[in-house]
Amino acid sequence: MAKFRKEGSKDVPAISTASLPDIVFMLLFFFMVSTTMREVTLMVNNGMPEARQFTKLEKKSLVSNIYIGKPKDQYIGIYGSEPRIQLNDKLSNVSEISTFVAAEQESRKEEDRNMITNNLKVDQFTKMGIVTDVKQELRKANSLRISYATRKKV
Amino acid sequence: MARKKTPEINATSTADIAFLLLIFFLVSTTMDVDSGLFRRLPPMPPEDMVQIPPVAKRNVLQVMVNKEDQLAVNSELMDISQLKAKAIEFILNKDNKPDLPSKKIKELPFFGQVEISNGIVSLQSDRGTSYKMYIAVQDELTAAYNEVRDMKAMEQWGKKYSELTEEQMDAVRKYIPTAISEAEPKNVGQKGGKK
Repeated sequence: MAKFRKEGSKDVPAISTASLPDIVFMLLFFFMVSTTMREVTLMVNNGMPEARQFTKLEKKSLVSNIYIGKPKDQYIGIYGSEPRIQLNDKLSNVSEISTFVAAEQESRKEEDRNMITNNLKVDQFTKMGIVTDVKQELRKANSLRISYATRKKV
Repeated sequence: MARKKTPEINATSTADIAFLLLIFFLVSTTMDVDSGLFRRLPPMPPEDMVQIPPVAKRNVLQVMVNKEDQLAVNSELMDISQLKAKAIEFILNKDNKPDLPSKKIKELPFFGQVEISNGIVSLQSDRGTSYKMYIAVQDELTAAYNEVRDMKAMEQWGKKYSELTEEQMDAVRKYIPTAISEAEPKNVGQKGGKK
């Protein structure tokens, strides 16, 4: 026992950090797989209403987002304070929805075109008028699957 | 000639590089899953279509929300907390009352011969109705349907609807089809929401 021990005090060996990159890469891959890119910068307020009976939208690639709400403070000067529709990165009129729907369908595979769900992300203080207009426009464009985006009610 | 060994590449900075990438992804991505109330819009009727035959009054639950966010069910003012119970009563029509929806008999897998309700919930909103109220009403109606489905699933399998297999779910969905019609826009309030 004692004879195996060397005489004198020894320095504590430095902890090897060789595996640190591996750990960080693991984290990195986890985040790359489990998250999605932010697609648009929001120009409208988007406080979604709460609901209990929501369902999850399964295929992210088949969702196209339509945002409706009052323009954010920094845009009020340009666009006014009435609720507006945001498609992709710009504020649009109701009449532009059919072009938007066509573009969304064009960017999907042929067999998926009828499966696109329009995710209506509407601010809770919006009036139904503009939402109804959007819905009518979607019906005209024959894109009938919609989802009213909500937050979880606790 | 003496052969020199290639010196080992210093790998201590790979961690820093990976951290940098990690932080980039943390900042630029989101994790939230989209969730919401799924609906299918009715297709636009063709221009030359003949008038749709009117649905019998007993088969329609008329839900209206006006621009003051007041709720009326079959022209009676009602609080939103009572809507679910009313809708469940309408969907089930347990005692086959003459003023609640009629039923048709159909053969379904698992259930055999069952009576399926002809009822349609017609949800009408004004242009001035707030979206929050509209979603609250939609939520209550969905809750009513889900509750009835849970009830049927409990009776048949002793399980909740969400715990059933795909085929069983499909059968329950056919038994209790979601029939919420988001009617054409109308100005319900007296002065209307038109600006």
